[in-house]
Parts: sequence; structure tokens; C-alpha cells
Amino acid sequence: MANAIEVSNVTMRFNMSKERVDSIKEFLIKKVKRQLRFEEFLALKDVSLNVEQGDVYGLVGLNGSGKSTLLKVISGILKPTKGTAKTYGTISPLIELGAGFDMDLTARENIFLNGSVLGYSHAQMREKFDEIVEFSELQDFIDVAVKNFSSGMVARLGFAIATITKPDILIVDEILSVGDFLFQQKCEARIQDLMSGGTTVLMVSHSIEQIERLCRHVMWLDHGTIRMAGEMEPVCEAYKAFRK
Amino acid sequence: MKERIQTMFRYRFLLQDLTMRDLRVKYRRSVLGMLWSILNPLLMMVVITTVFQHVLKVAGSKEITDFAIFYLTGSLIYNFISESTGGALNSIVQYSSLIKKVYIPKYIFPLEKCMFAFVNLLFSLIALVIMFIIRQTPIHWTIVLFPIPLLYAFIFSVGLGLILATLNVFFRDVGHLYSVWLTAWMYATPIIYDIGNFSNPALIFVMKLNPLYHYITYFREVAVIGRVPGLEANLICLLSGLVFLVIGLLLFKKFQDRFILYI
Ligand SMILES: Nc1ncnc2c1ncn2[C@@H]1O[C@H](COP(=O)(O)OP(=O)(O)O)[C@@H](O)[C@H]1O
Ligand SMILES: [Mg+2]
Repeated sequence: MANAIEVSNVTMRFNMSKERVDSIKEFLIKKVKRQLRFEEFLALKDVSLNVEQGDVYGLVGLNGSGKSTLLKVISGILKPTKGTAKTYGTISPLIELGAGFDMDLTARENIFLNGSVLGYSHAQMREKFDEIVEFSELQDFIDVAVKNFSSGMVARLGFAIATITKPDILIVDEILSVGDFLFQQKCEARIQDLMSGGTTVLMVSHSIEQIERLCRHVMWLDHGTIRMAGEMEPVCEAYKAFRK
Repeated sequence: MKERIQTMFRYRFLLQDLTMRDLRVKYRRSVLGMLWSILNPLLMMVVITTVFQHVLKVAGSKEITDFAIFYLTGSLIYNFISESTGGALNSIVQYSSLIKKVYIPKYIFPLEKCMFAFVNLLFSLIALVIMFIIRQTPIHWTIVLFPIPLLYAFIFSVGLGLILATLNVFFRDVGHLYSVWLTAWMYATPIIYDIGNFSNPALIFVMKLNPLYHYITYFREVAVIGRVPGLEANLICLLSGLVFLVIGLLLFKKFQDRFILYI
């Protein structure tokens, strides 16, 4: 089977500058004094990952272990300091639900705006409009400004928009922990739907049970390095034992 | 290359949506809404004309003796440049939350600010038409060429906008400096006065280094005077714009991957 995601030897370095240097004066002073040494911080160290087409791959690890960073590198939001990340096919990143929303606009306006943020045309969005409204159960709030929504409502709308067309690759970052139980079930069903349609899924979840339920392969990240990767069961067992 | 054009095509709706949203935000809760794009330059013109023509006795130029029209044609172009580049300068920082969470080609943001300012410019041209009618200014056929200087100014503004947007990500002082620069630039551009009043050749030479001077002159020639600018004027306008565009694109491309670490 061909790969949908190929990450090779990715290192991601952040400058943890204690003081932000964002004025020219500071920059010049520090440059002269040779104080421009940022405290460098490696959020990912030489991480490689191949995900086959149609696979459902989970990422686990403690907070700050670099899961979101890896997802952002794969989505193209972050450019890795070293190494490469390639994806094959259309990609729908759910890094943060409602990221493209303008809180001052109504749900209806945001559906179109968010659609174009994701690269969909207005015609495509018009076609899917009813489906989005139905899935997010926001029929009565469609002309209400999104700033008046609860976080669960925002998440519902964001998820409905992002999964409206079947992407080749779906990237999911802990979003399934927002919203109520019913919505989580609905999202899971939607993801399973996409999976059976051949979409490759790469997901991060708080809930190890969810990972066990959905994923075939799992990678365990620890302080930016791969602690363990492979078939779901052994990795999850090891991770659970570690957490205890 | 082909891929790049496809991506650009794919994101044209985003460009359109963001422009529309900026328009909506700009005129939100104002009774007259878009009319302000027309009223604002007209009211400014009344103020400036009162002060400069009637109090200080400044005339227009030899060829455009109507000071109000002389001022309005210059100020419309200047306002476009200042609005577009000022917006582009802040655009990356303004859209930082989006840039951190979704993948979007980043040049969309400065480009969108220039498009937004351009739409405003097109609306405010109605102000000029109104003045033509009030003053019964003779209309020449060359007026149909008005999009040409506007296009030159647009190319220039995108280039300068990309440069400013890049610099501002790393050094926020650029924003403060630029607002001072805009004021200086306004006085250094023949908007209120005519360059023909000067006799010092060195001064005239320096003033002509300002690309804005050429766009405004071009615009005045086709819209008011009724003359088609020659090859030299066209080359100066086109090349000055392209030089800025190329520098802007190269600079932006070189640093865009690092933006996210500074916003
Ligand atoms: N833009 C950034 N600048 C500096 N440090 C960052 C940035 N983004 C993430 N980090 C750091 O990288 C580490 C990994 O973060 P993240 O990938 O969000 O972890 P996880 O999602 O596994 O909880 C954290 O220590 C975080 O502080
Ligand atoms: Mg995270």
C-alpha cells in the first residue's frame, strides 16, 4: 500500500526567547552585545513516521510531548527546522475547531468564510450548506453571531464544515474532547464513516480508550522523541503501564 | 508553477470573502455605509481647498487650474497607497490566529488588504465624477484609460505591502515608523502643490524618484487633462511597480516560514 503521509527525520526547533526581541533597537543592542542567543528548544527530535493510505494512526503522549507540533508540521502550518513532511492527496486538518471563524459574523456567513479558508468554493459550500446545518444541529441559530455560541456549538459547526467533503487525509487534534457526549459519538461516527470510505486518519486524543477503539497503529511521543511506535495494542499497553 | 497557480485559484474565494468582510467591518454600524468612501474624499477636499486655495492662495497646476479637482485626483491615489500598504503591513500580525491554526498561503493576507483598498478606491472615484459634474469639467476620451494608472499603483502597493508585512513581523517598530513616513510621503508628493512651481532641478529630480508622483501624474493626464502619457511614462510606472513587486515577493518568500515563530 502506498503511503499517505511520509515524515522523515523531522526536527522542530522553537526559539524560546525569554524576552521577545521585536524592536529594532533591542535587536541592534543585543546583536552588538552578542546576546542574541535564544534558548533553543526542540519540540520534535528526529521524528519519522509513515502512514499508509487508509490507516488510522493515533498519537499519544503527555502534554507538551510534541503531538500538536507534529500535526502542524504535517498540515503545513509549521515548516520543520530539519527533515521533510510529505502528504499525498487532499488534507483536512482539524487542529482547532472553528479556527477560521470570525466571531462577529453569523453562522451562515462563517460557513462560507470557513469553507474558503479550507479552500472550498462558494458553490461547493452552497451545495453542502443544508448538510452542515443539519449535522451541527444549529438550525435555529444559523443567523446568530458566532460570538454568542457556546464552545460546544462552535465545535459542532467547525467539525461539520471540516468533514463535509471526504478528504484523503483527516488530521484530528484532541477536538473530540469538546462538546457533549452525544456530539462526541456523532463525531466518532462521522470519522468512522470517512475511514470506511478510505480516508487516512491521524489523530491525537486525550482518551486512550478512544485511541484503542479507532486506531490500528499508534506512536508514543515523549519529549519530542519517539518512545514507541507500531501496532496499536502493545504501544497502548506500554503507554498505559507508563502512566500508572 | 502550475501548482502554484492552481493554489492561487483555489484560494480566490478566500480573497473575496476576506475583502467582503473588511468592507463589512469598515462600514458596520454606520448609517451611510459605503457612501463614506465617496463622502470622505469630498469632505476632505472641501477642507483642503478652503485652506489652501482660499486662505493660502495656492493654485492647482498650469493644466489643472481647478484646485479642488487637482487635489482630489492626487489624494485619491495617495489614499489608496496609504490604506493598502498600511493594511498590508499589519496583515500578518492581524491574521496570526488563523496562520497558527490552518494552512493558507500567507501572501493572501497582504494581497487582500491591497484588494480591499482598491475596491474603496473604485468607489471613491464616484467622488471625482460628482466633482466633474459640479464643476462642468470638460471630459476627454482619454478618461477611459483611467484603469491603467490605477493598475500601476496596485502593482506597486502589493510589492511595498509585502515588504512592509515581512518587516513588521520581525520588528514591530516598522508600523510606528511607517505612519510617520506616510505623513512625510504625503507632503513630498505633489498632491496639494504642483511640481511645475519648482525651479531647482535637483529638487525636481529628487521628487521624480517618488513612484507615486508618476502614478498621480499619469492619472491626472488621462482623467483630467486629456493626454495619453508616452512610452517613457508607462515604462517608469510599470517598472517601478514591478521592481517593488519582485523585491516584495522574494523577501516575503524567504521569510514566510519563520513568521509563525514571531507572531
Ligand atoms: N510556537 C511555539 N513557540 C515555542 N514553543 C512552542 C511553540 N509551540 C509549541 N511549543 C512547545 O513545544 C512543546 C510541544 O508542544 P505541543 O506539540 O503543543 O505538545 P502536545 O500537543 O503534545 O501537548 C511544548 O513544550 C510547547 O511549549
Ligand atoms: Mg496538543
